[in-house]
Parts: sequence; C-alpha cells; structure tokens
Amino acid sequence: MKLHEIVETLALTVRAGRRSLDTEVTGGYAADLLSCAMAGAEPGNLWLTLQGHLNVVAVATLNELAGVIVTEGKPVSPDALAKADEEGLPILTTTLGTFEVAGRLWALLGATR
Amino acid sequence: MSPTEVLKAQELVYELRIGDIMSRRLVTVTADTTMREVKTILRDRRISGLPVLDGGNLAGIVSIEDLIRSLEENDLDALAGQYMTTLVHTIGEREPAVRALNVFGRLGVGRLPVVDDEGRLVGIMTPDDITRGVLRALEKAYHEEEIRRYRARHVFDDIKSDRTSLILRYDIPLRDFNRAGRASSQIKQTLNRLGVDPRIVRRVAIASYEAEMNIVIHSVAGGNLVAEINPELIALLAYDTGPGIPDIEKAMTPGYSTAPDWIREMGFGAGMGLCNIKACVDQMDLNSWPRQGTRLEAVIYLKPTEGKASDEAA
Repeated sequence: MKLHEIVETLALTVRAGRRSLDTEVTGGYAADLLSCAMAGAEPGNLWLTLQGHLNVVAVATLNELAGVIVTEGKPVSPDALAKADEEGLPILTTTLGTFEVAGRLWALLGATR
Repeated sequence: MSPTEVLKAQELVYELRIGDIMSRRLVTVTADTTMREVKTILRDRRISGLPVLDGGNLAGIVSIEDLIRSLEENDLDALAGQYMTTLVHTIGEREPAVRALNVFGRLGVGRLPVVDDEGRLVGIMTPDDITRGVLRALEKAYHEEEIRRYRARHVFDDIKSDRTSLILRYDIPLRDFNRAGRASSQIKQTLNRLGVDPRIVRRVAIASYEAEMNIVIHSVAGGNLVAEINPELIALLAYDTGPGIPDIEKAMTPGYSTAPDWIREMGFGAGMGLCNIKACVDQMDLNSWPRQGTRLEAVIYLKPTEGKASDEAA
C-alpha cells in the first residue's frame, strides 16, 4: 500500500517529506527506543514513535524507512522537520495513540498482503 | 524505471520550475485574426492551441476544438475573438511543475499560458512539456550519479599496491545530538557509491551508527570513527579517551545501559547498542581501560563466503 493512501485513510498530518508520499509501505514498527528501531525496523517500514527530535530522522534515513508517524500529538522539533524535508523523509503526525495507529495500520496492510 | 528513479521523478516534479520546461516559442494571434488563418497556423505549426492577445494582454485561447466549432458552423471568416475560450487559467513561470500537473488534472485543459511576475505572457505549456522536462532532468541527474558511481567503483582498479584501502576518518564530538549520525550516513553514502551490496551497506550503517552514538553519549571528550574499505572487507574502528567500560560483559548484556535519564528520554540508552553491532558484523573486538578509553574494532566481509554472512540484525 502506498504511503499517501495510509495518510488519507488514517487522516495523518503531513509535516515533512511531502514529495516522498508515493513510497510503497512494507510494514510497520513501533518503539520509542532508537536502537530498537535501528535493529528492528525494516527498509520501507513506517515507524510509530513518540519521539520527535532530530535523531529520529537520522535513524529513519539510515534505515531507509518509508516514514515516521509521531503519535499522541507529541511535538516534532523544527530542526527535525527541516532535516526530514531535506532528506525526503515523510514525517506524519496524529493525535491518536500508538496502539490505535498500529491496530489500524495492521488492518490496512494485512488487507493488501 | 527502478523505484529510486520513480522517486527521483516525483522529486523533480516539485523541483523543476515551469519556466525551465515550458515552450518559449510562442505563436500568438490577435482577437481580429480570422478562424481561417487560425486553421493555417495550427496546421503548419502542428500545434493544438494559440493564445489570443488583445492590446498585448492575454484575452483567451483558441484551440482545435474552437476551430472545429467554427468549421461546423461553416464560419471560417469569423474572428478568433468570437470563438476563443476566455476565462483562461494561467500559471506563473516560477511555480513548480507539480502545480501545472494539478491544474491539468483538475481542469482537463490541454495547455496553460505561462505568465511572469507582472502577468505578461512568456510561454505556454502542455502536459507533454512536463514529461519531456522530467525525462531530460532525470537523464542529466542519472548521468551525473552514474559518472560518480563509475569513478568510485573503479577507484581500486587504477591504484597499484599490495593492499589498497580507502580510509574515512570522522571526529565525533561529545553530546552533539544535532550532528549525531552524520558520520554513519556519510559512510553509508560512500559504500552505496562504491556499489557495495545494499544488505551489507545496511549492516555497516547500523553498526557504525551505534558506535557513533556510543561516543556521542558516553565518552568524556568525544572520539573518532574510522572506516577502512578495501575490496575484501570493511573495518570499523571507534575509539575514545574515556571513561572506559568497567565491565564489558555487563555492557554486552541486552538492555543494560548506563546512559543518564535525559538521554534515555530521547530514546537512546536502550542498552542495545553493542548487541546491535555484534549482530551486524562478522568480527568484533571490544577493549576498554578505565579512565583511558574504549576501542571497538569490527569487520564486515564484502564477500558472503567469508564471515558468517548474517544480514539480519538482532
């Protein structure tokens, strides 16, 4: 499933990396620990986290993730947004919690597999 | 096109300006040109529409559809002003190509007059211009990256020695979270240019990132990250000047961390760093001396037959 379809279905707010929304999403990964995301998330995954700082962008781009969803309405720092735009990494936000986003994402991606 | 090329094409639609891809060979008529003359111009120039000017200002567009209407009415002596479409949508020459794409999609028109900042007609564009512009830019970008990659891939061919290697050295400042990850991402970029297998690049990226972050978080005065690349292997060396790891066995235990709370709040200090490195590399050697420093050496083989060839991170 394409990232922009997920953005529309889950009504996510696109905060950065708008030009890369046509990426195929291969799965999801949820964790707030960067080392876990580094080791556990696969290229093309969407990463669900509460973290909204610059280092999230570094981990996501090194790992070639499809994008980052910052949940629970947690803030994303302006330098993270600027870097994400530069790298073409979509940063999406929502007021929904990680549990709910993960559940809905699971249902969406499960249906296309 | 490969997925990365498709992505590049999408980026270009945002980066290219209308002024770069529009047609500047502007053929225009005036409101008192006859439809018969319009027919001749469209036929001879092999175009499908003409901007109609009135006193130098854009008054409308007369297209093949309008010409057909006048033919049906047997009214070729009528003036372009009578048959043209007024209320013409224009687009600014400094706007991104994606804007034109949206307008074409939304309005279903076949061409858009392009105006400058003062609203003067400077060109015209059709959906074909976008395709052509993107392909041209893509070809240029592709050639540039190809040349870079070609040069990088052959860097080892022309240099004669018994053992040639490329050494990348990075200074890692302490607690500079704004630049953290810079060294690993530059190592990754270099390996991609060298044409290294993407699965190996990923393992090196994870290992070097964790080593880099360990220096950022735990050292007393920053440290260094060195990547040595040769045709057989990639060797990573990370070293700092203290404080040293008191108990290496403990430090290697998954989940064990000595990071302070404020760093854990950022999501670091999961106690997974050294385990991640170990899982990604073929050989790892960690030595530490209290108050003197820590030295981590890791090797990843480029040929899958050597080493344990694990491309899965734990």
